[in-house]
Amino acid sequence: MAEIVIENVSKVFGDTVAVRNATLTVRDKEFLVLLGPSGCGKTTLLRAIAGLGMADAGKISIDGRDVTYLPPAERNLSMVFQSYAIFPHMTVRENIGFGLQMAKTDKAEIKRRVDESAELLHIGDLLERRPSDMSGGQRQRVAVARALTMQAEVLLMDEPLSNLDALLRLEMRAELKRLLAEVNATTIYVTHDQIEALSMGDRIAVMRNGVIQQLDEPQEVYSRPSNQFVGSFIGNPPMNFIDATLALRGEDLVVKFADSHVSAPPEMRQALNTYVDRPIRIGIRAENMQTLTEPAAGAIPVTVSVVEPLGSQNLLTIAMGEQLLKVSTHPTFSPQPGSDIWLQFPAEELRWIDPETEQVLYPGAASSATGG
Amino acid sequence: MTASPTTPPIPTAPDLNLTERKAKPTWGRMGTYAAGIVISLWILIPLFFFFSMAFTTQETVRSYPKNFLPFIPFSTSTMEFFLRSDGVGEGLINSVIVAVLTLILSTLLATPAGYAVSRYLFPGRDLFRLGILAVRAFPIVVLSIPLAVLFLRYNLFDSLLSLALMHTALAMPTSVLIIASVFASVPYELEEAGQVFGATPLQSFRHIVVPLVLPGIAASSVFTFVLSWNEVFAASILTLENRTLPALLLNQLSESSDAYQFAGGFFLMVPSIIFMFFIRKHLFNMWGQVSK
Repeated sequence: MAEIVIENVSKVFGDTVAVRNATLTVRDKEFLVLLGPSGCGKTTLLRAIAGLGMADAGKISIDGRDVTYLPPAERNLSMVFQSYAIFPHMTVRENIGFGLQMAKTDKAEIKRRVDESAELLHIGDLLERRPSDMSGGQRQRVAVARALTMQAEVLLMDEPLSNLDALLRLEMRAELKRLLAEVNATTIYVTHDQIEALSMGDRIAVMRNGVIQQLDEPQEVYSRPSNQFVGSFIGNPPMNFIDATLALRGEDLVVKFADSHVSAPPEMRQALNTYVDRPIRIGIRAENMQTLTEPAAGAIPVTVSVVEPLGSQNLLTIAMGEQLLKVSTHPTFSPQPGSDIWLQFPAEELRWIDPETEQVLYPGAASSATGG
Repeated sequence: MTASPTTPPIPTAPDLNLTERKAKPTWGRMGTYAAGIVISLWILIPLFFFFSMAFTTQETVRSYPKNFLPFIPFSTSTMEFFLRSDGVGEGLINSVIVAVLTLILSTLLATPAGYAVSRYLFPGRDLFRLGILAVRAFPIVVLSIPLAVLFLRYNLFDSLLSLALMHTALAMPTSVLIIASVFASVPYELEEAGQVFGATPLQSFRHIVVPLVLPGIAASSVFTFVLSWNEVFAASILTLENRTLPALLLNQLSESSDAYQFAGGFFLMVPSIIFMFFIRKHLFNMWGQVSK
């Protein structure tokens, strides 16, 4: 059982708080992604878990054992570094076998495990080479092989794909996902690429400025973000945000865009009560809006500004009053720039955001920022 | 061109003649080559002269005008004469002992200092580094005087150990700087990787850092050896009975024959030249060119 419990971990560098009261539990054999922009504290948190740059406050336990201040060597984990950190003066074989050699494993066993890992990563023919003779992609495989050979219960990965070119990254992502599913270790994966996070994680912890914004499954983080930052960070193109006002129209709660209005779904009635006649911000994803070439009830008239054909979809930039939205449509829908079309907003796809706190409002109890 | 009279003529690309361009050297480049050749000759010709005089007979050395062609006749008699002269043998041994002692002492002291300066942020670190650089700003002769006075005051003279200590003091600043930069070139992440995979910090240092810095430290220690070998000023002041070779030669400069001086000079030059051949690659790396 390699459950990792992180309680109120903080890390400070001089005047900057890099990680602030991070609390989360990584379940046994779970693939957890720490996602966020540069400087959000994800790598700092990972390094604290590894024992490089230990936490200033809080507690980290692995498998029930308090490891907060243990040296890395005693934590029984493996790590893949962003820059690979392959030892330049050793051959690939010596690199991969380094951990086992430090553990004084018997030579025959080392050879067997090294050969096995090399096979898994398809670098069997590179074993006698030196790192300086290899491409970035090959070095990355050596780094992963070195980590897997240890067969540790906990695997940490610090942006392992970020130094690869786009095509290689795509291939390695799938290969890594398949490989790690077989390996079955508790894995913490740090990245700034939300596509990697969505595609690989069992759960995603989104971080910003040292604070965990949301901890949820990928689909939840995507469709039910806890705040505006998460909504804008996840998804490509990012979520659209429209400033509007909320008003009461008879029995209905409606949000007014320019001259049109859209009804709020009944389940949001209670949560939105305090926002009547006040500004509200609406979040909606590009693919969730319907485009119509003719007016219809509840559809908002807008103007097409730019049409970008992306092959699998068309990305339209739409002007709605003063605000610009991105709408993605089927590739056959190609209106002329400057033409008028109508947008329909399905009520259940709208996300309601408090313009001041930037929190997303959900019906019933407030959505948890750090779901457990 | 079927253009109406009012439209401007259509521009065409200039004829670059790209195939011929590469073959013709520019005057600037030829000037650089010429300057390089002149400077090299300026240094090499006297060296060559030394070399040829050191390996010929004493009569040839004394003769005038000198034959243009070298090594006529080739003879080791001059060298033999030099090596058998009074005090040269002991001087040679003393020089070697002092240089080796200096090498050991300065490497033992400079390596931990270099590691600390490159890896740790300790209070006073910048001042320390600045201090080291400032010491290097002074010529060694200038530094030798106050140091020698200090040594004499404490009765530390005329022993090989005291001279070695003096040389160590003179060599340390350069050693620490070179070794610090060698350590800095090893990314700390490699040590961290070692630790994650089961090595204690000491094991990580031994298995990962040491093999990578050994060439740089070796270069620095050879540099120190040569510095000590060639050092003449402090050696002259601090030694009387136990002279090192340069001190000996300097002392006898007014009385010795030309042949003696040629042979001695050549002998003193040899370690430096050999050293240069070995650390050429490192010097290029320090300058910024990365060569394999």
